[in-house]
Amino acid sequence: MTLDPVFLSRMQWVWVMAWHILLPAFTVGLASYIAALEGLFFFRREDIWLRLSRFWIRIFAVSFAMGVVSGIVIPFQFGTNWSRFSDAVANVVSPMMAYEGLMAFFLEAAFLGILLFGRRLVPRWAHFFAACMVAIGTLFSSFWILSVNSWMQTPAGFEIEDDGRFFPVSWLAIVFNPSFPYRLAHNVSGFYVTTGFVVLGVGAYLFRRGSSVEEARRMVLMALGFLALFVPLQIALGDLHGLNTRDYQPAKLAAIEARWETTAPVPFTLFAIPDQQGERNLYAIDIPYLGSLILTHSLNGGIKGLKQWPPDERPPVWPVFFAFRVMVGIGLVMLVVVSLGWFLRIRGQLFETGWFLRLCQWTAPLGFVAVLAGWITTEVGRQPWTVYGLMRTAQSVSPSLTGFDVLLSLLAYVAIYLLMFPAGLAVMARLVRQGPAEDVETRIPVEGLRPQAPFIQRSDSHG
Amino acid sequence: MDSGVILDLVPIWTAIIALGIFFYVLLDGFDLGVGMLYGLAAEEHRTTIMNTIAPVWDGNETWLILGTVALLAVFPLAFAIIIPAVYFPVLLMLLALVFRGVAFEFQFRQPWIYRFWSNGFCIGSGVATFAQGTVLGAFIQGFKVDGRNFAGTSWDWLTPFSVLTGLALMFGYGLLGAGWLVIKTEGALQAWARRVGRICLIGVLTAMLVVSVWMPLSTPDIAQRWFSWPNLAFLAPVPILTTVIAFASWRALLGWGGDAAPFLCAMGLFLLSYLGIAISFWPMIVPGYFTLWQAASTEGTQAFLLIGTLLLLPIILMYTTWSYWVFRGKTRSDISYY
Repeated sequence: MTLDPVFLSRMQWVWVMAWHILLPAFTVGLASYIAALEGLFFFRREDIWLRLSRFWIRIFAVSFAMGVVSGIVIPFQFGTNWSRFSDAVANVVSPMMAYEGLMAFFLEAAFLGILLFGRRLVPRWAHFFAACMVAIGTLFSSFWILSVNSWMQTPAGFEIEDDGRFFPVSWLAIVFNPSFPYRLAHNVSGFYVTTGFVVLGVGAYLFRRGSSVEEARRMVLMALGFLALFVPLQIALGDLHGLNTRDYQPAKLAAIEARWETTAPVPFTLFAIPDQQGERNLYAIDIPYLGSLILTHSLNGGIKGLKQWPPDERPPVWPVFFAFRVMVGIGLVMLVVVSLGWFLRIRGQLFETGWFLRLCQWTAPLGFVAVLAGWITTEVGRQPWTVYGLMRTAQSVSPSLTGFDVLLSLLAYVAIYLLMFPAGLAVMARLVRQGPAEDVETRIPVEGLRPQAPFIQRSDSHG
Repeated sequence: MDSGVILDLVPIWTAIIALGIFFYVLLDGFDLGVGMLYGLAAEEHRTTIMNTIAPVWDGNETWLILGTVALLAVFPLAFAIIIPAVYFPVLLMLLALVFRGVAFEFQFRQPWIYRFWSNGFCIGSGVATFAQGTVLGAFIQGFKVDGRNFAGTSWDWLTPFSVLTGLALMFGYGLLGAGWLVIKTEGALQAWARRVGRICLIGVLTAMLVVSVWMPLSTPDIAQRWFSWPNLAFLAPVPILTTVIAFASWRALLGWGGDAAPFLCAMGLFLLSYLGIAISFWPMIVPGYFTLWQAASTEGTQAFLLIGTLLLLPIILMYTTWSYWVFRGKTRSDISYY
């Protein structure tokens, strides 16, 4: 077997990116939630908000640190493995990446110190302010990096020189390229929903365990209220995003739906085994007209089939097809959970219904799966291009790399990440088990200048 | 963009990026240095050592991201040639930074494997530093280039010279770290930091001497730049100042000039080494192949980014300063997590 540096570089990208994306998927929402809790504490001065905020800040600190360190890896990937891509598109997309660094990382990192360590060193308003800045920082970060990502999907506002390099013509068109508003909204709302389900699940767990009951109740109620708004919104945004894909990336849409022929009306394929070589679906279960209804909002609308493109311009169908169905399936499960929650809440049985609280626990990680599935749908659906329709993935890789080089680095990333992410998860699980209730006044105040880390004491006193 | 503006932004950007890299080297330099010293310190001091950098380390690392991305934005050709050429040092550095960051967060939270994470923090700091030093060495030795691509192999970086610069940087960051500990701590720990600082200083000065001899001997252009007349006269202050600061640094580590003096002297040494390298290569950014201007992105790209940078950089500097100011003074043991 020969080692292909392009394939291995793609695997490496998938590996470092898939792990990394889980963290912003959580921290973007959590930062806003913490800012809200800090706001409630600041204005209402009730200690319960402080306890909740401190509880989530502890978890946030761990996930944010993991996000920072796994995020540092990403821009370097452009240089180490995708130097041809970097040289070709840097004039157009790199300022946005730099703006992400300027606006987001610094805002987050500088105020995170205050948020985590500064409660007793700065006035109350400054601490609340720091929480808001951290939240805004995560949103800026999403804004710029999704703009870059969207430009790769739906490039605009540029011209191409003879040597294949891209040059900027209109920054407005580049930043606000056609898929960007939809992708940004769908992503951020998805991140919020992901966090919402984690808060719901953690609240349900703590309530069932019978410790921190009041805090747990607040978590469940806040999450349910929030999700009642954002889950339907997310589904609607996903629909709009899909319509945008139909207009600008029809080959991706055809792969999502596993449509080989250009037809109207279009059925919706619930399940099939797409056969890329044979250009057909095996074992397909189709629902007539539903595809047209979803994709064109009319009964007889049509979409382009994959056969419109030469085989070497089609994305691999099965990952896109299945990932999309996983994402949508999870969206529907979420809708059911939230509806059930509200049904029980209105009947006043929310906290008496054990099976529902258990269900909330089980569905807590669903958002992460949906985020990954959505990411696979959109990124694999972009293939075989790095800049959609203009620059091929195979021509983007660093020419100096051998397959062996990349295999070595990939294995190193695999080893380190397999050590770090499970450990991170274990740490966060432990923080969740400790719960928010007993925290605030149990810390032992440290006298004088005797150097001791309060958090070690905390570990001892609970461990 | 055909804006018709004939304003050369390359020097401005060169200054900004040079400053950014310098900030990174200083800031992450001291916390990587503290990380390495941590492994050598007595058990009872370790928590205090950790607390001296706890509030600032991840802010420091964001300078690395900014420097990298700014390099991509302003000198994309240099980025596309240099980064693949140092594929494995970059890999080593990233893995070490990842591991170190995680180890930092976890050692307090997983006491049952505290030793594993605490060693990981120290080793990660050392490996990341060494890798950064080899990148510097590889840069000084130059890269094989064909057209707009790096044409060597992924192992070209590994030479005796780059190993030397790797070790040199470990001493250098160690010196910065010791200076930081002198500022932030007192008593026995501070005395220990001064002692370790002196050992690091000897390492740094030896390495600076070897590199200063090696570079002109191996590269005639560099010898020409430094030793031809009248350059010799203009550039003479660099080695002279270096000698003066080296001497001051030694005195400072022995207690002269207050607690901030060792750190300031270490900063001075870094600044002068940095200047020395800049003088040796100016105006090349890919040594032997491309100047800053040839590797630069288009004027439109530079201008678009410059507007925001000139607006945001002062703000960033302001609140970075603020966050350092909040945690000023000797490390207080009552600064609790959260």
